Amino acid sequence: MIVADLAPGELARALACPGLRLRTGRIVTAIRSPIPAVAEGIGIHYAEHPLEPVDGFADFHVHVMPPQGLRRLFRRQVLFHFEGAAPFRPLPFEQAFPMLEWGLNWCISANCHQYLILHAAVLERRGRALVLPAPPGSGKSTLCAALALSGWRLLSDELALVDPASLEVHAVARPVSLKNASIDVIRGFSNDAKLGPLVHNTNKGTVAHMKPPAGSVREAQLPAMPAWVVFPRYAAGSDARLAPLAKAQAFMQLIDNAFNYDVHGRRAFETLARVVECSACFEFSYSRLEEALPVFTELADCA
Amino acid sequence: MTGDSRDTVIAALRDPSAALAYGLPLWESLIAQARSAGVLGRLATRLQKTDAFESIPLAPRSHLVSAVAQADAQRSGVKREIEHLRLALAEIDCDVVLLKGSAYLVAGLAAAEGRMFNDIDILVPRSQLNQVEAALMLHGWATGHLDAYDQRYYREWTHELPPMRHVTRGTTVDVHHAILPLTARRRPDSRKLLSAAQVIVGEPRFRMLAPVDMVLHSATHLFHNEELGEGLRDLTDLDSLLREFGTDAGFWSTLVDRGTELDLALPLHYALRYTTRILNTPVPPAVTDAAAHAAGRSSLMPVMDSLFARALRPDHPGSDDRFTPMARKLLYVRAHWLRMPPLLLIRHLATKALRRDSGSGEVAP
Repeated sequence: MIVADLAPGELARALACPGLRLRTGRIVTAIRSPIPAVAEGIGIHYAEHPLEPVDGFADFHVHVMPPQGLRRLFRRQVLFHFEGAAPFRPLPFEQAFPMLEWGLNWCISANCHQYLILHAAVLERRGRALVLPAPPGSGKSTLCAALALSGWRLLSDELALVDPASLEVHAVARPVSLKNASIDVIRGFSNDAKLGPLVHNTNKGTVAHMKPPAGSVREAQLPAMPAWVVFPRYAAGSDARLAPLAKAQAFMQLIDNAFNYDVHGRRAFETLARVVECSACFEFSYSRLEEALPVFTELADCA
Repeated sequence: MTGDSRDTVIAALRDPSAALAYGLPLWESLIAQARSAGVLGRLATRLQKTDAFESIPLAPRSHLVSAVAQADAQRSGVKREIEHLRLALAEIDCDVVLLKGSAYLVAGLAAAEGRMFNDIDILVPRSQLNQVEAALMLHGWATGHLDAYDQRYYREWTHELPPMRHVTRGTTVDVHHAILPLTARRRPDSRKLLSAAQVIVGEPRFRMLAPVDMVLHSATHLFHNEELGEGLRDLTDLDSLLREFGTDAGFWSTLVDRGTELDLALPLHYALRYTTRILNTPVPPAVTDAAAHAAGRSSLMPVMDSLFARALRPDHPGSDDRFTPMARKLLYVRAHWLRMPPLLLIRHLATKALRRDSGSGEVAP
């Protein structure tokens, strides 16, 4: 059963109580929320995601709801609860769906130390993973969305979950978070891009999410082996340029982009060393998607 | 197995192999509640030692693997931090006693296994507090921004310096000169604790409390704490210490007298009562009786039982009943009541309440 199979109104009812048990890759989250924008966002972005039965296993229990207490009388806000506790400050009520998305990312990065977790977008072709590690503002999500709309399978726009034993990267196949100018760029890039409503004035500016392609969701249980590590950088007005990067340098930059390097210590060092060993490493600067995509097609085809 | 999802954590703490028979829904409540209670690492470490670890279903097992990785990282983090402290304190001539988790770890006690560590706590003679603070400041630890009220709160009324955070590593050391606030009703004499402190084998710089004092401190910490969110974790510390020290007959024969001597008979009584009741800790009945007797008769005992029975459960909605939030609130007030005289308490709670609106928690990532 998938989210789209639910009859109208059933999604909101399940979210209200007892919670929607949503599978994203290997992770199942029991989500509760009385907020219509959350039901709407899930209906749009997770339509093809599987639902799990109540007698299965949920990894996390989250609840997105307005804060209790007097403050709600004069200011509408939303809180993200994880296992009954609220780890973050409330956000304006309009940001309920983005807050769910950020919260779900946090659930993984703070709790899934069975993986070495990199701040990176991951896409796949023929079983081989393209890892795009980058800090915010580098154009990583834009590039990731465009690749996902061009035949690459989306594993994640934000979190590369690397199994330290096998080196396989596991998928989460969740919506791609687009910010500010990149929203219109992706709208203009492809008619297949399905974007949710714009949410203004967040910490990151205006945000909209893009629904992950159905194929990526269907294959979300399949991991991929790292083959390319590419550090993207958006540079206004520049031509697309792919330049080889020394492995030692790629290694150091991967460390900078690891969320839980400190948890794994030596194991993280060794895992990343093996990742750069088995991957071709590059720096990539670009400003126009239509020039950027052929570069990656070529990369995939010549390998 | 009863199959009650409310009791999975306590059942598994009593006997980790109980969990091996769980179906997925019980595993789900066990993982979620153990994480909220701060004992997931402890359970995971115990389960990992059983032969059947690999037969645990993949989904819950992944969380156990994650928790073991986290616990291992915390252990090495604390060890590294102790080396930094060693350097910082090398030039001052002062006994330094490691407290709680860092002591368990350096002394190689079972209580350190899979434990969650927060800050490092040390105990030093009050007369040398300034010297220790200065040495730590020289090596990069600083008390963060505190307003005048907080400074006064710490310096005049509590038993510790304001938490000292290292400017580059972000780690925190709590420097204590006593184990209870200066304003508390009970005043265990720190000189007695310091003079009974013991050498740790293979450890030249730091000492640890004597075993009986270690248990008394752990008990005092738990049963005077305002926040019992990690109460169950602290109770597992006590359980582990009592099991380990309890193999030495001399331990049981001195525990209760020492509790009375340090004015800590009541927290000791609670510690023995609730570890035995909740975690089946083996304590000689004569010792529990003597501790109860030393603590004095209390008509409130049934009330305390019902409060602690709730507050010492995992802090998770799946474990609560409808009275749990109230039990936690009452114990919060009780802990303050024990820490300060009434007027000071009113003032302190009012100051904190007025401040609360400034918001807490982090900004979402």
